[in-house]
Amino acid sequence: MIGTLLQLFVSYLKIGFFGFGGGYAMLSLIHSEVVERNAWLTNGEFSDIVAISQMTPGPIALNSATYIGYEVAGVWGSIVATVAVCLPALTLMMLITRFFLKLHDNIYVKSVVAGMKPVVVGMIMSAALLLILPHSAEGRSFIDGWSWAIFVVVLIASARKVNPILLIVCSGLAGVLIYGI
Amino acid sequence: MSRLIEIFWSFLKIGAFTFGGGYAMIPLIQHEVVHNHKWLSDKEFGNLLTLAQAAPGPIALNTAVFVGYRERRYLGSLAAILGVVVPSFTIILIVAIFFSDIRQNHWVDAAFKGMRPAVVALIVAPIVGLTKGMHWWMVAIAAATALIIWHFGISPVWFLVAGALAGVLYAAVKTRRAGLL
Repeated sequence: MIGTLLQLFVSYLKIGFFGFGGGYAMLSLIHSEVVERNAWLTNGEFSDIVAISQMTPGPIALNSATYIGYEVAGVWGSIVATVAVCLPALTLMMLITRFFLKLHDNIYVKSVVAGMKPVVVGMIMSAALLLILPHSAEGRSFIDGWSWAIFVVVLIASARKVNPILLIVCSGLAGVLIYGI
Repeated sequence: MSRLIEIFWSFLKIGAFTFGGGYAMIPLIQHEVVHNHKWLSDKEFGNLLTLAQAAPGPIALNTAVFVGYRERRYLGSLAAILGVVVPSFTIILIVAIFFSDIRQNHWVDAAFKGMRPAVVALIVAPIVGLTKGMHWWMVAIAAATALIIWHFGISPVWFLVAGALAGVLYAAVKTRRAGLL
């Protein structure tokens, strides 16, 4: 139990510390720790949590920490993972606020951000790839032609700035109509 | 003390009403922090956004720490971060406790079958916009990064470190040249 909690703490500390580029880029990092390294979740369960995170308030990194923490080690697990994912942001931003208020036009900061940008975009692409072409058949996102139809419709709607929560809810309803009845 | 409660309450609202995370949160944060409480000016908020995006971790958390620290130092940071975390933690914990019981339900399963391809579409959608302003070779680096992470399961952390180092190197060469001229 303590070992699992420690592993959760380390994994989410890593996710918090290397969580550059916002939610979707962090997905690749979360996937790497939670699905690939520790096998706490399958690909399909990971995808379900992303859907739930879209429908509930708060950043996806926090949502996934609380959820996966609970799945792996109960309420304590969710507390440990949530605290761990907050710690790097807390300490780094305090330091930045205290010492480097003028950091935003420092050439080193700008160059580091520029250097990480293609990687961040690559991380978003890899998150998409991992869900479109998973390594195992379990929990595939695409099971038939309907899946691809939903994918295309949501992609177009999202490019036209339709609210993502609405899109998730409508896709859920479509799922009920297609697979439920 | 009353100021601490004010900070906590303000970020509690941000945590409870920002769905979708990341960039979707910015207008609400700006409304609370700049217009309602006048904790920051518009210009300071702009600079803060640059820093919050450069630092790891969710933007909402980083902003919370920054504003909290400016107002009431360590306690202020803590109050703000608690405010952001509490709503998402509570909601997700409740979902996690009940979800495993209903996940196998016929209708719920059908709904998630519909939502999974939608999640993938939501991840794919921003990629086009992100690659638009980039050089073709940066897009190539992004694509290569994605393929390597996907195929070999290598942690994205290594790519972030490499990108950051490339940025530092670039800045060092540039400042050296500027010094020589």
